[in-house]
Amino acid sequence: MIKYAFNRLLTTIPVLWIAITVCFFILRMAPGGPFDGDRPLPEAIKANLAAHYNLDKPLIEQYFIYVGNVLQGNLGPSFTTPDFTVSEQLAVGLPYTLILGGAAFFVSLVIGVAIGVYGALKRNSYPDHILAAIVLMGLVVPGFLVAPILQLIFGLKLNWLPVGGWGDGSISYLVLPVTVLCLPHIARISRLTRGSMIEALNSNAIRTAYSKGLSDTAIVWRHALRPAMMPVLSYLGPAAGFLLTGSLVVESIFGIPGIGRYFINAALNRDYGMVLGTVVFYMVLIMVLNLLVDIFYAWLDPRVRTR
Amino acid sequence: MSIRSLKENIVEDTFTADKETGGRSLMQSAALRFYRNKAAMLSLIILCLLILSAIFGPYLIPFGYEDPDWAAFRSPPSWDSGHYFGTDQNGRDLLARTLYGTRISLLVALVATVVSVVIGVSYGAVAGYIGGSIDQAMMRFVDIMYALPYILFVILLMVIFGRNVFLLFAAIGALEWLTMARIVRGQTLSIKEREFIEAARATGLSTSAIIFKHIVPNLTGPVVIYAALTIPEIIATESFLSYLGFGVQEPLTSLGTLIADGAGVMEVLPWLLFFPAGVLVTLLISLLFVGDGLRDAFDAKELKR
Amino acid sequence: MQKLFSRLILPISFLILSFGQAQANTLNIHNGSDPASLDPHKVSGNWEDRIVSDVFEGLVAEDNTGGTIPGQAESWTVSDDGLVYTFKLRDGIVWSDGKPVTAGDFVFGFQRLMNPETAAGYAYIQYLVKNAKAINKGEIKDLNELGVKALDDKTLEITLESPTPYFVGTLAHFTTFPIPKHVVDAKGSEWIKIDNIVTNGPYTPTEWVPGSHVLTSKNDKYYGADKVSIDNVKFFALDDTTAALKRYRAGEFDIMTDFPTDQYEWMQKNLPGQAQVVPSASLYYYSVNTQKAPFDNADVRKALSMGINREVIGPQVLGTGEIAAYSWVPPGLANYTSAQITWKDLPYGEKVAEAKKLLAKAGFTKDKPLKLQLRYNTNDNHKRIAVAIASMWKPIGVQVELYNTETKVHYAEIGQGILDVARAGWGADYNDADVFLKLLRSGTPYNYGRYSNKEYDALVNKANVTSDVAERAKLLQQAEQIALDESASFPIYYTATKNVVSPKIKGFENNPFDIHPSRWLTKED
Repeated sequence: MIKYAFNRLLTTIPVLWIAITVCFFILRMAPGGPFDGDRPLPEAIKANLAAHYNLDKPLIEQYFIYVGNVLQGNLGPSFTTPDFTVSEQLAVGLPYTLILGGAAFFVSLVIGVAIGVYGALKRNSYPDHILAAIVLMGLVVPGFLVAPILQLIFGLKLNWLPVGGWGDGSISYLVLPVTVLCLPHIARISRLTRGSMIEALNSNAIRTAYSKGLSDTAIVWRHALRPAMMPVLSYLGPAAGFLLTGSLVVESIFGIPGIGRYFINAALNRDYGMVLGTVVFYMVLIMVLNLLVDIFYAWLDPRVRTR
Repeated sequence: MSIRSLKENIVEDTFTADKETGGRSLMQSAALRFYRNKAAMLSLIILCLLILSAIFGPYLIPFGYEDPDWAAFRSPPSWDSGHYFGTDQNGRDLLARTLYGTRISLLVALVATVVSVVIGVSYGAVAGYIGGSIDQAMMRFVDIMYALPYILFVILLMVIFGRNVFLLFAAIGALEWLTMARIVRGQTLSIKEREFIEAARATGLSTSAIIFKHIVPNLTGPVVIYAALTIPEIIATESFLSYLGFGVQEPLTSLGTLIADGAGVMEVLPWLLFFPAGVLVTLLISLLFVGDGLRDAFDAKELKR
Repeated sequence: MQKLFSRLILPISFLILSFGQAQANTLNIHNGSDPASLDPHKVSGNWEDRIVSDVFEGLVAEDNTGGTIPGQAESWTVSDDGLVYTFKLRDGIVWSDGKPVTAGDFVFGFQRLMNPETAAGYAYIQYLVKNAKAINKGEIKDLNELGVKALDDKTLEITLESPTPYFVGTLAHFTTFPIPKHVVDAKGSEWIKIDNIVTNGPYTPTEWVPGSHVLTSKNDKYYGADKVSIDNVKFFALDDTTAALKRYRAGEFDIMTDFPTDQYEWMQKNLPGQAQVVPSASLYYYSVNTQKAPFDNADVRKALSMGINREVIGPQVLGTGEIAAYSWVPPGLANYTSAQITWKDLPYGEKVAEAKKLLAKAGFTKDKPLKLQLRYNTNDNHKRIAVAIASMWKPIGVQVELYNTETKVHYAEIGQGILDVARAGWGADYNDADVFLKLLRSGTPYNYGRYSNKEYDALVNKANVTSDVAERAKLLQQAEQIALDESASFPIYYTATKNVVSPKIKGFENNPFDIHPSRWLTKED
């Protein structure tokens, strides 16, 4: 198992290197530079700035400087916020994004599986159809539309929850952003669970269990849920990554200082170091999450290990 | 992207079940099953209506999608003025813009899907048919691509291709082919063991001819299903990018751009959100139902329920 | 793992702490974007100015209407030739750590500003000072050559390149703030970190969560501290103004520095008196490429300018009622009355007819339209105005291709002269007409349309070495009239300041410079 995990980790290094290289050169192809703006700077000052950040050197030399720095764990300076290095900024934003993403991950898993199992047990009943319809809306209505609607209803009209921000970090500030982040995933997980649960309930093992006169709950918990969870688990790897990127929208609408917001601002401001730093960071995070899911998967289903 | 593994499961499960029934009879019985699926059929009809109105609608209404009505800025929907969906902050008829936006959204989805199908099918079929270490290497590359934070790359591409929306969606398609390639490779692996491929090989046909004349045509089922599930995803991606401000260029518009603009004024000019959002939701739901219907129709296991 | 854990706990705990502080008299401002820095030499935007000017103070300061008042200097004298300014510093001024503010700190600040290694983006504002430009360009290596000298701890002498009547006004700008030399000597580039920074203004920064807010607290060592009423100011960063307005309505913000224009009507009805739209000393204009055919033809430019129905842009297209601009210099600048476009008062129908005639003369008709690309940077209002103007130009025989890019690309390209017609805007950095008139001088980097007229240049240059105020205004006015007659650029409207101010806030005075230092505000519970 440890060897398996280690091998997986080793393969991530070339991937990271390729991604950094591609990003680095793509970024430089983009028109506009970090020091262009509505108040154009005189050439002399632009030259000072370029020299300050090594941008006056040949591109290939800049590339080697950058890769060298990354190897030493230094993600370099940020052009848009010179008071912080890229690593410092990411360290500040990380907890917010992790708390938000982690909560959303957990909530969508619990609610998604619950709806899926319920739907499978009461398949084709009215509650099943109604739940399916509600869940489907979560999938097709874009998050940037759901968010302001929820703010309006729960923040302003009912006055139950804060409209935005992180405040004192209490749960009430998390409810709306986590909901928005969850909805599409609840939809996907519940659809997946329902499908595989129906399949599991139709299997011979379950029929035997029914014939033995076991209760519904016992059958679901002991026999059906575990095989039914396998396809759901394989969805969780990419979903974890997507929750992080989904926070792009949620963080900017709710004004939460996570990492998602940095990326877009940095790309728009041609903050090369920050863009690369965010990409590297997200990739490592997604890879680690995928790895965890894989290990969990292997633990649940021994066949994967032997393969 | 997140729907990827879901789709893969669905499609792979579907096509491992009953290969022995043979291509033609599978197609026919699937068509019959699809026809019996009320939700899918209704969705297909709605979808066709939407597509037809997107194509012909703009010619049937008296307002252009870019011309302001100086007498009616921000006017709510009304029968008398002829602006049945109201007008926007530039006095432009929202019905015209919604029809036009639907057209662009569909076009964009089509471009991206075609690109992803072309690359995915070629890549997967070649990998699956040739096999061996080349197959290993090609699939390893796909694994690597999966690990990239896809949406971040789309945003970067947008920053560079900012101006040309079709080029961009071709690029999104080029990132979306991964799952298609995996599915197609799996199918190819089983198809290539069948007699008619052996026979083709015996007659001395070249490898490329076998792949594109004999293997690819037998992949229609999974490709169609996967494509049907990709379209709503592309449309959703487009609206997400519009929200970030990377949408199509004015005076053109898309459903995503209209909704992103409408979301900011839902309290003061609600019609600007309501109509395009209604169309988008209807479009996505019917696409999803059609995709589900196709999947169920091809799925023999589904009959056992 | 433990480190990760502490990182998770940290934001929660210190947010609880700051929540505790929020119980004191805290002003919550929706400030727009995240500040790039707190370093006066590394900032540029007005959202950064609001913070930096609250925590630092220059030789002069600003009152609650943006007027110049004595700051760290209590008085100053000017030599007869207008070249040498001598400032006498106030008694008892100290940094927030108790160390005295000396003339040396000002010299250090100016030298650091001009030092090419600092790479200060806004250094050019102070090119007025002797040798500043040469030092900043690296032509003079010795920083002591700069025309800023400490005669003793309390006396500062500044020598200029040429007499500049508006010089004292520029000293309220953040580029001229003193820098605590003792802290920079001790901490190097780390001096700006929130734990190290010391300031000499009414407030001092105490917390910065990038992407969320900067919190500043009252500086008790500030000489005017007894008149400062608000204890803490929290500057929130949130680019989405629609979301910000919702938070304002929920009472989470006291002041918004911008609002979505579409909500204006709604706010007037539901939040009466809180949304305040006031003409500001800044201009929204379209730059036109005067070097490229057919726009090198002044008649073509005039036709395009006449084709714009300016009266509908503010009230109808934007809905916030901005005033149509028929001059290059906005009204309200000191000692200056703007020249006006001569055809200003024609009815719009006649303008269109005349525009058609002019275009026909240049060979463009409805069948053979003038094709042009109209550039604007990503923004709802810019988009709306571009769409409206494109459709105003259509009937006079102009076919417009709208070309939208993000801000960085927009300015990078038009800065290189890649444009037919492009959107731009300019605000007054200091209270003088020269701010605007320099935009059309030959060879200025912000002269996007590359307008060049020798007579214009001569008039502006002459005015800037004329110390007689009335005489100077006359010269500048003549220059402005030339630019307007030649349609050098198309002024469209005077930008308005758009603030939303809670009734709890007192002392908020609207002014054309949109300057509202927190020290003059009070908040009622």
